[in-house]
Amino acid sequence: MQSGLVIVQLLNGIQLGVLLFLVAAGLTLVFGVMDFVNLAHGSLYMVGAFICASLTLSLGSFPLAVLLSLPATFAVGLAVEVVFIRHLYHRSHLDQVLATFGLILVFDTLVQIVWGPAGITYPLPNYLNGRVDLLVAEFPLYRLLIIGAGLVVAFGLYLVIGATRAGMLIRAGASNRVMAGALGVDIRALFRYMFAAGAMLAGFGGMMIAPLTEASIGMGNDILLTAFVVIIIGGIGSVRGAFVASLIVGLIDTMGRAFLDDALKLVISNQAAETSAPAVSAMLVYILMAAILYFRPQGLFPLRGR
Amino acid sequence: MLKRTMLAAAACGLASVPVFADEVKIGFITTLTTGAAVIGNDMKNAVDLAVEHIGGKMAGLDVEVIYEDDGFKPEIGKQKADKLVKSNDVDFVAGFIWSHVLLASRKSVLDAGKFLISSNAGPSQIAGKLCHENFFSTSWQNDQTPMAMGEVLNRKGVGKLYVMAPNYAAGKNMVAGVERTFTGEIVGKDLTKWGADAQLDFSAELAKVRSSGADALFVFYPGKAGGAFIKQYQQSGLSGSVPLYTVFTIDALSLPRLQAAKLNGVLGSWATQFWSPDLDNPQNRKFVQAFKEKYGSYPSFYAAQSYDTMFLIRSAVEAVNGDLDDVDGMRAAMEKANFPSVRGTFRYGNNHFPIQSFYLREAVVDDDGNWTTRIVETIYEDHQDPYAGECRL
Repeated sequence: MQSGLVIVQLLNGIQLGVLLFLVAAGLTLVFGVMDFVNLAHGSLYMVGAFICASLTLSLGSFPLAVLLSLPATFAVGLAVEVVFIRHLYHRSHLDQVLATFGLILVFDTLVQIVWGPAGITYPLPNYLNGRVDLLVAEFPLYRLLIIGAGLVVAFGLYLVIGATRAGMLIRAGASNRVMAGALGVDIRALFRYMFAAGAMLAGFGGMMIAPLTEASIGMGNDILLTAFVVIIIGGIGSVRGAFVASLIVGLIDTMGRAFLDDALKLVISNQAAETSAPAVSAMLVYILMAAILYFRPQGLFPLRGR
Repeated sequence: MLKRTMLAAAACGLASVPVFADEVKIGFITTLTTGAAVIGNDMKNAVDLAVEHIGGKMAGLDVEVIYEDDGFKPEIGKQKADKLVKSNDVDFVAGFIWSHVLLASRKSVLDAGKFLISSNAGPSQIAGKLCHENFFSTSWQNDQTPMAMGEVLNRKGVGKLYVMAPNYAAGKNMVAGVERTFTGEIVGKDLTKWGADAQLDFSAELAKVRSSGADALFVFYPGKAGGAFIKQYQQSGLSGSVPLYTVFTIDALSLPRLQAAKLNGVLGSWATQFWSPDLDNPQNRKFVQAFKEKYGSYPSFYAAQSYDTMFLIRSAVEAVNGDLDDVDGMRAAMEKANFPSVRGTFRYGNNHFPIQSFYLREAVVDDDGNWTTRIVETIYEDHQDPYAGECRL
């Protein structure tokens, strides 16, 4: 039974990790390649969840809602880039932080006006609600599906960035933006579509998690902080780093919640362990980040050529 | 010229004559942003309804309610309390969903000599050592509701219990409450991260519940975390083997959303509470019917307590005929709990927390097909919180 529990917790950690990756992938590309700090990235995660929630309730089909929500969040990302973001590329990081923080407030309020403050709960179809027998333990099917979807996205990004012309341009833009522009690459258009694609990935993350929790205001702000930790650990701009760091952070967070209180009970009193374990496990990822910043400030997989 | 100066001086003299207050100012601090705004809005609706029902007047004085948003954060709640007593000069500060916000704001209000009325939060500290003559509660002390649940679990013959709650003041009180009365074994306990960035994914904890061999699961997850928890509990497949017992988790705010999401498993689940929309007394019938007519949904217990808050304040203001400087008179009036309450008659303990009954409620479908709760049986009659003895009042 205990080995079953460990395996289930490993899977839970991986599921949290791939979810983080969906948000962190867009964030690291925008930050690393475009040198743009986008605090409003989490808002697109929230918008994706809300659009998908509305569509699921009105169409009655979750998979169809996800398919329609993906281009919708892509369009939202494109609109945000055209209206706001492109005016901020040449500004300082502080200006970008201020402007995108303002965007968070705008998005949170817009969502409250459109969908109300209560958030939306929506059901999974019955065929996704089951559990899979893993011999030693049962695991919810939908959580396995999130893991699968995240791995597919990660592999897809790996192919796009490593083996396509668009990916080559992204890598060129990341290494030296001015040089790539001088060689005739339309950097602005490249950035625009990359931003929108990052928004779509974040929105996809929101769509995947909302059936487990719910679509709620501010949901993106919670995950954004962790996503920043992920890209710092992984190395800013590196999708591979974001993937590895997401899994590390997801596993540390889950394992901390799962086993830390029992571990602490061996050294301190039961009551102290129960109270301090959630606080300490919430701190673990930041402790890791601090360690990474000290020993390897460029992150685990830094971009080359800068 | 001289004449004009004299006139001006006379005018100044007139202006400095003390005038009696012609309105009762009530500050109401609750959460109006973040996902918890759904709770705050329900409370605000109930207060607005109460003001309407009393004709906007208390003892002939106009009632002015100033709403403030705590943003789910103790430090902001404290700032708003400071602002209400200093710049608005209110006579009462009421509201407070969250125990940690109430604890942070407490001193600002009481040190200014104002009345502090909790319309929800009931932390053990304020019931015990930190009790104060100018504090009153229209809700309950945090431990009481889970204590009633511990009693229910004993009656149902539950031997092994798993406990989950958020890691903040009220969460710890809820756990302490159920531990106080539950006589079986607690085989596992998880306190999860809380606040604006609360943990909403309980996969790790639910896996631990499954492997713990518990007979039953007790949880306290107010607000949006409740809906998320119920869903994941159902998806985890625990509902067949480990039945769920909740406090403050399944209420009039979460049930319509759970109904929209067709999570039928929640129907028939048990919770304890001091109140339910079907509680049979004249004030409650009037309140529930008017609330449903005006807002189109059942009131939550948060709304019920907020509605009571306004009637408690009115009983104080009317007892002193609108003389708001008579603090002693108003306090003595409130101590009598002499107002129509939605919970029926009750009395106040020495710490100004209600001594009241607690019921077992079941989630059911009403005659119109809406999901609500219904009282099944009385668990405690005239129950006083366990901290009253620590209060030197």
